[in-house]
Amino acid sequence: MTTQTQPTFPPNRSDWKLPALTVGTAVLWWLVWGQLQNLADWLSYTLLDLSADTHLGESVNFFLYDVPKIILLLGGMIFLVTLIRSFFSAEQTRAALGGKREGVGNLLAAGLGVLTPFCSCSAVPLFIGFVESGIPLGVTFSFLIATPVVNEIALAMLFGLFGWQIAGLYLGTGLVIAVVGGMAIGRLNPEKYVEDFVWQIRIGENVPGVTYKPSWNDRIRDAWQSTREIVGKVWLYVIIGIAIGAGIHGYVPEDFLVRIMGRSAWWSVPAAVLLGVPLYSNAAGVIPIVYALMEKGAALGTVLAFMMSVVALSLPEMLILKRVIKTRLIGIFIAIVTFAIILMGYLFNIVIR
Amino acid sequence: MVTVKVLGSGCANCAKLEKTARQAIAQLGIPANVEKVTDYAQIMRYNVLQTPALVVNEKLVSAGRQPSIGEITTWLTNVVA
Repeated sequence: MTTQTQPTFPPNRSDWKLPALTVGTAVLWWLVWGQLQNLADWLSYTLLDLSADTHLGESVNFFLYDVPKIILLLGGMIFLVTLIRSFFSAEQTRAALGGKREGVGNLLAAGLGVLTPFCSCSAVPLFIGFVESGIPLGVTFSFLIATPVVNEIALAMLFGLFGWQIAGLYLGTGLVIAVVGGMAIGRLNPEKYVEDFVWQIRIGENVPGVTYKPSWNDRIRDAWQSTREIVGKVWLYVIIGIAIGAGIHGYVPEDFLVRIMGRSAWWSVPAAVLLGVPLYSNAAGVIPIVYALMEKGAALGTVLAFMMSVVALSLPEMLILKRVIKTRLIGIFIAIVTFAIILMGYLFNIVIR
Repeated sequence: MVTVKVLGSGCANCAKLEKTARQAIAQLGIPANVEKVTDYAQIMRYNVLQTPALVVNEKLVSAGRQPSIGEITTWLTNVVA
């Protein structure tokens, strides 16, 4: 193993440099954000010499406008979300949920599920840790439903592309699904569906847990790091998603989708959800498609239901959870969430004009 | 001899943490033993909720995040001293 010169700890940067760099980046971000349409117009109509009246010109312009827009949006939002989440931890969440009644507990669990930083690879220790410290299974499930259903990337992108009303609607709906879903599972006496070894595990209760108390500079550094990491992981999905979206934008005729994905097509909601459940993609890749579909007359409830089913129910997470709960309960979990998403799709199609 | 344990069920993050821990050990040039703990019953004995977690001489020092190489060398020097 080679020894490399690594940055020392604490870092040599003086205290003001990182915040100053961050503020500078934010200003630059804002300036570029305001010029995106001009930039895309110049690139597609002047540099590439395409006509704005052709399908190709429209598609290319949409693509060149949306790629930098969504990447900027994604980067900025992930930074903010990570910064906010640095004030929450799984340990604090467990302590907050201890001894809470059903109902209040489910609501709190769903809310904290959105705010607590959580990687699905930690689902098993978190599940065992919650259950062993006496948090009811229904409450634990509210947490486990809320984390994937309210996806921070999806929330950020809905906010940027559609505005706060739709982002708020998505957040509220996700919370309701998590609360109701967790309460429903809690009523089924799910203890018998938990793998036996979970009940035999003894957690080291007198072992002190660690508390990570980051400084503001630590929080900013961590936020930069996860922004780089997540954008690095999803940028390709974003570009593919936008390319598909751009194709829809330029070539699919206006109102073409009204008949099959519009409000009056009652079967489109369950069809969209059933199509979305086995698909698993990154939220960042789905939303550009959703955006383009809506432009062509698809109903909001239908496309949101599609997006939620793609994002919320992922095979990798189910496989991880299968180590601690029996297949039967996984099935119930999927069924409840699917059903809730379908109901919400109809609700949005009825309510939103 | 320092015993370092990386707790986690073998996801990419755990491999990354193990690599950082080995780099920290190499940087200090101290004798240390790195173990991977993947069994949940063992992991839960350290009262962690999030993986990957790091244990130095049976003491939990970090859970659910990627500490920097500098932080790990600090923890290692604290036990050696």
